[in-house]
Amino acid sequence: MPDVLSARDIVEPVLLTLSLALIVTALLVVIATPLAWWLCRSKAPWKEAVAAVAALPLVLPPTVLGFYLLLAFGPFGPGGALAGLWGARTLAFSFEGLIVASLIYSLPFMVQPLRNAFEAFGNEPLEAAASLGASSWQTFLRIAVPLARPGYLTGAVLTFAHTVGEFGVVLMIGGNIPGKTRVLSVAIFNYVERGLWENAHILSAGMVIFAFVAITATMLIDRRIGQLSRS
Amino acid sequence: MRKAHWIVGLMLSAGFAATPVAAAQTAVAVAANFTAPVEEIAAAFTAKTGDTIELSFGATGALYTQITQGAPFTVFLAADNKRPTTAVKEGFGVDGTVFTYAIGKSALYSPSLDVTDGKAVLEANGFAHLAIAEPTAAPYGAAAMEVLGKLGIADAVAPKIVTGENISQTLQFIDSANAELGFVALSQVVGKPASQVWIVPADLYTPILQDAVLLKTGENDAVAKAFVDFLQGEEAHAIIEKYGYQIAD
Repeated sequence: MPDVLSARDIVEPVLLTLSLALIVTALLVVIATPLAWWLCRSKAPWKEAVAAVAALPLVLPPTVLGFYLLLAFGPFGPGGALAGLWGARTLAFSFEGLIVASLIYSLPFMVQPLRNAFEAFGNEPLEAAASLGASSWQTFLRIAVPLARPGYLTGAVLTFAHTVGEFGVVLMIGGNIPGKTRVLSVAIFNYVERGLWENAHILSAGMVIFAFVAITATMLIDRRIGQLSRS
Repeated sequence: MRKAHWIVGLMLSAGFAATPVAAAQTAVAVAANFTAPVEEIAAAFTAKTGDTIELSFGATGALYTQITQGAPFTVFLAADNKRPTTAVKEGFGVDGTVFTYAIGKSALYSPSLDVTDGKAVLEANGFAHLAIAEPTAAPYGAAAMEVLGKLGIADAVAPKIVTGENISQTLQFIDSANAELGFVALSQVVGKPASQVWIVPADLYTPILQDAVLLKTGENDAVAKAFVDFLQGEEAHAIIEKYGYQIAD
């Protein structure tokens, strides 16, 4: 039994986790922007219901998501149909599956800060742009998005950190495949389970440092924004 | 405020009323593969003694890690014959209380494929995912790897292997159809149609001796000791055999 610490045991889950978090953060910027904008601008009476759906992953236990995703990803669910596009039988047990799951799981961590940021600057800058003849697209891209930059920063840090820390959902749909679905949190769980505490210590200590940096960064961003808006 | 007190009082009395006065209970850690039989055994034990057994399930490795860190279990039913002995050696188990409560059998299970000839299905290799339990933590996973090795197809199917954290999750992967087939414990698929289950020939893997041990925390616990005795009695043996396990001679 390879109970000796090897670089692969440490490096592989780290790289896998970082690439998952990067991809998910980038995709969520694209997905959450129109959603948050719509939640901010829409007058539809049911928009808070949509907001609630987008925030559900905050409250639901990961096991609920994991259970539904396991069924949805299978050959008889929509995930199976999606996986069929590249010839796979199921979306579970794959890196693509982890991306889809993380998009759902981390959605509120991007939508919420963006919506707050869009709402923070109010109507005036947008009306000013419109009165100067800017189209709604131009207004959105040149005024709203740059003004919402703090929201993007906070959202990106939170989404990235939350995806790195994901455990329950991945455990339930991942299948623990090295290099594909064995992310950091699952690797740590396995090492503890197998009594390989040295490996678990290295990865866990790394996570503690990472979490500290992520939280400090978020707070610094928040403070800087506070200072900017005061001045 | 008075109303709130009244409600709390009602809830408390309801809670006490539900607990039989003389009954005691104890917490037992059980390897996931033994879930169904031990639930039945615990029910029979309660029917006989009035005492209740609180069951916690997990992978043998995970449970043992918890025991070394002070988990409040009094009895440990492992899926292997290593951890209970280790428990005694490391001072968590009571010396002289280790015994084999069941000999487990590995089974290849698939709800969608005909695995009557499981060996042929495995060798044909016409599936996308083969589920097993984490081999380093779950003995049934280790047995599965041994079977694949003996059949000479370990390398061929390696890229298709997905591992459940314990044998229950492995079954979940198969039952949800995300994996077409997988190695589970025979006890989990007892009663399924014959075409869905291939009982792996005994010469393909080392017998899975499942040992139990009374933990130090249960040394003076009458219920724990009674349960250990009950587990070795005829009534329990009949239940254990019903689920496809053998009893050690």
